[in-house]
Amino acid sequence: MNPANYVYLSALLFTIGAAGVLLRRNAIVVFMCIELMLNATNLAFVAFARMNGNLDGQIIAFFVMVVAAAEVVIGLAIIVTIFRTRRSASVDDASLLKY
Amino acid sequence: MDPTLLAQEVTAAGGVLSLSWLVIALPLLGAAVLLLGGRRTDHWGHLLGVATPALAFLLAAVQFFALLGRDAEQRAVSTQLFSWVPVGGFDVDVGLLLDPLSMCFVLLITGVGSLIHLYSIGYMEHDPQRRRFFGYLNLFVAAMLLLVLADNYLVLYVGWEGVGLASYLLIGFWQYKPTAATAAKKAFVVNRVGDFGMSLAIMLMFATFGATSFAAVFAGAEQASETTLSVLGLLLLLAACGKSAQFPLQSWLLDAMEGPTPVSALIHAATMVTAGVYLVVRSNAIFDAAPVAQVAVVAVGAVTLLFGAVIGCAKDDIKKALAGSTMSQIGYMMLAAGLGPAGYAFAIFHLLTHGFFKAGLFLGAGSVMHGMHDEVNMRRYGGLRAAMGITYATFILGYLAIIGVFPFAGFWSKDKIIEAAFAENTVTGIVALLGAGITAFYMTRVILMTFFGERRWAEGVHPHESPLSMTVPLMALGGLSVVGGALAWNDGIVRWLEPVVGHEEHELFLPVWAFSLMTLVVVGAGVLLAFRQYGRRRVPAYAPAASPLTVAARQDLYGDAFNEAVFMRPGGRLTRALGFFDVRGIDGAVNGVAALVGAGSGRVRRLQTGFVRSYALSMLGGAVLIVAALLLVRL
Repeated sequence: MNPANYVYLSALLFTIGAAGVLLRRNAIVVFMCIELMLNATNLAFVAFARMNGNLDGQIIAFFVMVVAAAEVVIGLAIIVTIFRTRRSASVDDASLLKY
Repeated sequence: MDPTLLAQEVTAAGGVLSLSWLVIALPLLGAAVLLLGGRRTDHWGHLLGVATPALAFLLAAVQFFALLGRDAEQRAVSTQLFSWVPVGGFDVDVGLLLDPLSMCFVLLITGVGSLIHLYSIGYMEHDPQRRRFFGYLNLFVAAMLLLVLADNYLVLYVGWEGVGLASYLLIGFWQYKPTAATAAKKAFVVNRVGDFGMSLAIMLMFATFGATSFAAVFAGAEQASETTLSVLGLLLLLAACGKSAQFPLQSWLLDAMEGPTPVSALIHAATMVTAGVYLVVRSNAIFDAAPVAQVAVVAVGAVTLLFGAVIGCAKDDIKKALAGSTMSQIGYMMLAAGLGPAGYAFAIFHLLTHGFFKAGLFLGAGSVMHGMHDEVNMRRYGGLRAAMGITYATFILGYLAIIGVFPFAGFWSKDKIIEAAFAENTVTGIVALLGAGITAFYMTRVILMTFFGERRWAEGVHPHESPLSMTVPLMALGGLSVVGGALAWNDGIVRWLEPVVGHEEHELFLPVWAFSLMTLVVVGAGVLLAFRQYGRRRVPAYAPAASPLTVAARQDLYGDAFNEAVFMRPGGRLTRALGFFDVRGIDGAVNGVAALVGAGSGRVRRLQTGFVRSYALSMLGGAVLIVAALLLVRL
């Protein structure tokens, strides 16, 4: 199979993720979309590694996974805390930090 | 240049002549003890204050005889004290130069100064601040001695500023009087204008000759261009005008009479105001080679001579009348000093005799005020000759000396100046002659209004003769006013000063006795005119309406009005304009920028909405832009 197709898939997934972050209000869903974008980039990295015939992309993909795992821990903790205080998981409700 | 100038050689001092520093140190020590010692010196402070200048005078007298014993060419001795400013090629040593010229001044300052200190004991007896007064007087004497003994212009400048400071402190001695405080400030500010000329002159000397010592500057003056010397001469003249109250910097002297009368006698008549004359005579090597500057000196002298005399005619305040007279007499000295070697010696001669009789007159005026409850208005005097005999007698001696009656001191000195002025050109001669007539007029007016006529005393005033401590100096100065002319006996002072200032005989178109006769006739006319005006008629208690000239003279010939209109008001407007520019222009720009940034950020911060998704959108937009830019650049 043509490796370029993986890159197209990756672009598609990234776009879906980005659109989800911008359009959805539920923090959990926004969070999932961020994960989707991260994994889309992972897919692109791995595809590029295959296309270039070296392991650089695969190594970076591991790094991204580690960072994403850490991010999930903190992000979920924040979301849970916000939900506990305001009984809502909408990102638009948490808008006190402004001008 | 006069060849005699070169014949004078400066030798290192030895014996008593090397003690010049002690002459300065004595009054300086007195000032230090009195000013730092505080109240515990109150009881004996005035005695110390009198003792230090008196001791300095004795020392100076011994030095004088030591100098007299030497050959005429050997009479300049220098004492190097210490190195003051050793900076690379610029080297200023503090050294003292004792030569016939400075000797005259040292004797005048310490001699007349001691008498005035003695007088002050009685005059200031009831003043709680008498000790401080003596401290300042001692400080003045020390500074003035440094001024005349310095052997370079920079050290001279220290003394120059020192006497300015002492003058300021003493004019404002009664600082609780607003007029005195203002007068002190005015004297200081006007003197600064002159000092500005002095400092520029010193800088120019350094730039041109690379040194400021008299020897180096006068030696360099022979090679320097005439333009440089003219500028130097004019700057020195500006300095002299400030210190000597010469036109156009004369305005401070009349106000300076707010100080205690001994101060007026010592500083504003006998010594400090003659510093300008000293400066011009001392710098004779510069002025001799700069005819332009000499003409300026003569012009300043001639104008001030008439200016001061006219003011003296219209003042009812006895001290201000005498102050106008001082200006006028110093104008005579300046005029003589501007005539070159023909006049230097006569300028100094008149300076010495003037020091005697004007100090006597001022102290006499102080004695009158002392007996009249500090009344200064002559319209409130009259008929005082019976009440204060000694004051009256000594005042008359000073009066005869100042108007130049044969054989009193002023006759000899003023006559010489009038002769020299006529020898220079007729116009200056006529001005000098006219000045003699006006002098006779205003001095006769002072005498008649004070000592003769009916008693116009205020209620409750009981005039009495002053104590002995005040009358003894009066008698001494009165005596000197009589015999002071002996200085010129057998051309003594001319020959004494010749090694320093040179001398040349002037040629006259008439015999000398004709000039003396002419002067005496003019003086007689002035006396008669004053007698007709003030001796025959009653003196009104208030100044009557008078001619425009008299009104102008009462207003100091509008000197203050002129300064106010030409310098003060435009200066005030300039500062206001600068203030406006500062507030509106500079502050406006700074505040405007700050307001702009504030308002701008007020708008921009509206972007911080708090909505996470809009932030995400701008991040995405930014990323897209960067990627697009990268792609664009690669293409």
